Amino acid sequence: MKPLDPRLLRRARAARVFLAASVVIGVGTGLLIIAQAVLLARGVAGVVLHGEPIVSVAWALGAVVVARALLMWAQEVVAQRAAAAVKSTLRRQVLEHSLKLGPVWLSGERSSALTTLLTRGLDDLDPYFARYLPQLVLAATVPAGVIAWMATGDLIAAGTVAITLPLIPIFMVLIGWATQAHSRRRRRALSVLAHHFADVVAGLPTLKLFGRAKAQEAAVRRVTDKHRSASMSSLRLAFLSSFALELLASISVALVAVGVGLRLVEGRLGLETALMVLILAPEAYLPLRQVGMHFHASADGVAASEEVFRVLETPLPASGDRTDVPDLRTTALQLYDVTVRYPGRDEPALDGFDLDVRPGEVIALTGPSGVGKSTVLAVLLGFVQPERGVVVAGGSAADEFEPTVWRRQFAWVPQRPGLRMGTVADNVRLGRPDASDDAVRLALIGAGAGELGLDKPVGEQGQLLSGGQQRRVALARALITDAPVLLLDEPTAGLDADAEAAVVAGLRAGGRTVLMVAHRPALIAAADRTVEVGTRELVNA
Amino acid sequence: MNASTAELWHLVRPERRIWWRLFLALLTGVLAAGSAVALLATSAWLITAAAAQPPVLLLLVPIVAVRAFGVGRGVFRYAERLVGHDAAYRVLGETRARITGRLEKLAPPGGLSSRRKGDLLARLVLDVDAVLDLWLRVLLPIAAAAVTATATVALLAVLLPEAGAAVALAVLVACTAVPWLMAQTAARAERKIAGSRGEVAAAATEALLTAGDVVAFNAVDDILSSFDASDAKLANSERRSAWSAGLGSALLILCVGGASVAGLVLGSTADITGAVFAVLVLTPLALADVLGGIPAAAQLAIRVRASLGRVQELLDSPEPVTEPAKPLPLPDGRDLEVKLLRVGYGADDVLDGLSLDMPAGSRVVITGPSGSGKSTLAAVLLRFLEPRAGEVRMDGVDLAELDGDQVRSVVGLLTQESHVFDTSIRENLLLAKPGASDLKLWKALYRARLGVFVEKLPDGLDTMVGEHGARLSGGERQRLALARLLLADRDVLVLDEPTEHLDEETGRALLADLFAAAGDRTVVLLTHRPELVPDHVPRQLVRLT
Repeated sequence: MKPLDPRLLRRARAARVFLAASVVIGVGTGLLIIAQAVLLARGVAGVVLHGEPIVSVAWALGAVVVARALLMWAQEVVAQRAAAAVKSTLRRQVLEHSLKLGPVWLSGERSSALTTLLTRGLDDLDPYFARYLPQLVLAATVPAGVIAWMATGDLIAAGTVAITLPLIPIFMVLIGWATQAHSRRRRRALSVLAHHFADVVAGLPTLKLFGRAKAQEAAVRRVTDKHRSASMSSLRLAFLSSFALELLASISVALVAVGVGLRLVEGRLGLETALMVLILAPEAYLPLRQVGMHFHASADGVAASEEVFRVLETPLPASGDRTDVPDLRTTALQLYDVTVRYPGRDEPALDGFDLDVRPGEVIALTGPSGVGKSTVLAVLLGFVQPERGVVVAGGSAADEFEPTVWRRQFAWVPQRPGLRMGTVADNVRLGRPDASDDAVRLALIGAGAGELGLDKPVGEQGQLLSGGQQRRVALARALITDAPVLLLDEPTAGLDADAEAAVVAGLRAGGRTVLMVAHRPALIAAADRTVEVGTRELVNA
Repeated sequence: MNASTAELWHLVRPERRIWWRLFLALLTGVLAAGSAVALLATSAWLITAAAAQPPVLLLLVPIVAVRAFGVGRGVFRYAERLVGHDAAYRVLGETRARITGRLEKLAPPGGLSSRRKGDLLARLVLDVDAVLDLWLRVLLPIAAAAVTATATVALLAVLLPEAGAAVALAVLVACTAVPWLMAQTAARAERKIAGSRGEVAAAATEALLTAGDVVAFNAVDDILSSFDASDAKLANSERRSAWSAGLGSALLILCVGGASVAGLVLGSTADITGAVFAVLVLTPLALADVLGGIPAAAQLAIRVRASLGRVQELLDSPEPVTEPAKPLPLPDGRDLEVKLLRVGYGADDVLDGLSLDMPAGSRVVITGPSGSGKSTLAAVLLRFLEPRAGEVRMDGVDLAELDGDQVRSVVGLLTQESHVFDTSIRENLLLAKPGASDLKLWKALYRARLGVFVEKLPDGLDTMVGEHGARLSGGERQRLALARLLLADRDVLVLDEPTEHLDEETGRALLADLFAAAGDRTVVLLTHRPELVPDHVPRQLVRLT
């Protein structure tokens, strides 16, 4: 694990500014720590040896303490502001990039994982900026300054610290290395536990159905106990690295103190120097120990930023830049040998698919589920790039065209339409932002949803509308565009026979080219012809 | 955050037999922190005493003490972490078990769409983990710091009462005012940014969930600029509330530094030896180490409280069903009769005045548009939900007079999203009938038409199905759930949209198999696609509106 991701600095200007400010504050803090030690030593030695008055030293010391508190405050303010700016930058970049990567890339688990990342996940950067990074900067600046100052007074003590200090990271790395397998096992045991609990909680209704739910309280207890003892034995090893850190730091301070004491007895050292060395010695180790203590903050923050960069560094598919897309009102559309394979799947989702779409045709795509009907639509929309084969319009391959211009030829009704919070009219207007109320009403009637008021509110994720209503709003949204080709994915699923008949009539009335995934007989009957997807025999293997 | 502290404590309280482990964790924590203080105090004493150049023999005790405290801090810290983690994991396990017990009574939570329900439960699982933070990073460290600081104050007060009082004041401020200040400023900041944070979350969620629609209709730029607006608002309010963030940590530095200066000023005029004077001045410095964790712990405490509050809120939802104190024995007959049923969630009635007759062995197909109450009726038949008026009788006995588990031992349910557990096919089946022989399992699989598929799998019955059955297709998952239901051998089968996510052909085949396998059981099929029911099945068709 890298303590500081250079990509974070590259992507977010605020992170660079923050790091610079932290270095300045870190150097200032180091100087104040030294000043505090010097003043304390002078004060104590002055009183003990000469009975000197303390007033001026006390005032100076007070000033140093106030200055340290101010720097501390400044550090946190800077950190908060930086975290806010960096999070905002990353949020925007991640959202834009994932939308550009498209809905197929976003499908399934990924979309909910990304939502988590964009909302709560990025907040893990707060402690990373507020606690971990400043400590990292202090660990890089303070010990060096402290050791240098100690060397001016007592070379042996400075040497002790200078030798033991680098031992700490070395030991931590070695021990961390040796216990890696164990801490992995421990993490696995813990995640197994959390997962078991999640699975039980999600499955409680099912367990209750079979009269097994009441046994779960005991089952959770039993599983937890079993895994706890496994993870404790790993913890014994995993904690060794922090043990090494604590032990080395405190033993070294003890060594310095005893050594200085003995040299004092021999008269080779003054009291003031000795006290200064004693006060400074723990300060040399403190930043490093703090870094270790804030390890959690760092691990979470690094994990969050790695998640971000995994998204941002996913390359966008290559796209063309031609804008002279032929008008599909008059131009035929062909798919030749189109084969699509989704990442992580062995079987192609669509295998060697051919289709010839003449302008004005209404085509029903049929076939059992999972055969790639929706994938045909996704290919036409450019959501997924075929592994083999090509989509051709007017003698040019579709991927030569600029995607947004190409998509203007199509209006799409997905299987599960994504409606946005607002009103029914807002959602229909996604198809044509400048549409008049009358046009919206007309589109709704065409979609068999004439009964829906334009101002009817639509909740988050289409809530407040029934499944059938959502689909009809999505259909109206497609009808209101002037796209020559409609791509419909089971547009009448969830509708009763009357509503379905209205929708079918609306589709035929427009005179547009329609390519629709259809299961239901009424819809299939309304098509000019039916294309069965996935039945082509593979002759040439 | 509605739950009171007492309620939350009830949720996370450790069992009696864990108490001594927590105490041991606290004790080792105090010894570790105490060693750090003692290390600096004895060192200060040693050095100042050494300056008078006494015979080395006189310094032997402090020298040994310094070394012992140096080793002690590391060793005790290690012990503290082990004991603390062990105890905290025990409390976590106990809390998880307790929550499972409570959720069992609440399941299935009504009135929520299944998507929201999934989010809620995922959130719950994460929130419960806050119990670990509560003990390991809030309660134990604060308690150890408080005890150690008090002991330090006592030591200094013995050496010089005025100095002890000054340090006591500093410790008091650090242990009370600092956490209070942090909680105040954090709550204030949170109030200011909560609104815009919610807006950003909603905007991001919506953009991602509607990504296909947005891209297809070339609206990416519009969506991004509306996201930018809410994002800028959030970033601005976060920046504006930044100034209060470091106040707690700064105050802590002032406390510790102030205690040191006070020791210097007060000790310089007091009648004490030089060595004691050095101890008075330097010991407060070690307190910085001890009290240093308090701001972070106080900050974490706010988040822990919020997490546990959310858990408590979920657990406080009313139980959907009140079990009878003295349930009647299960009747012999399986005739079901719904009489003037009124039932609903929240303020709305979903069904009102429904009457239905379902004699044993009959086939009833109930249809109607989404939202017409099909799933609600299923919930009532399974005694997952209490009728508001009217009743459901089994062989003349009101279901409300029976225990829910009794009802469900004869009424089974197949839904559109049956939960498949992340374990083997075998375990998923055995759930329905613990101890069933493999022969019985295979029989059920074949009757659900999944036998050939499972036989072809390299691991057969021991094939792991993945999280939520992710390694199976939708149809296979439904058939596995069907096999489980058949294995459970219930007399009444309630089927709630079993074909929802299947295409027409698969759905038709599933229903045909289902009716064939049902034999002389009662089948209640709730569907909006009644046309998929095979023609040869005689049935009663009911339409809900």
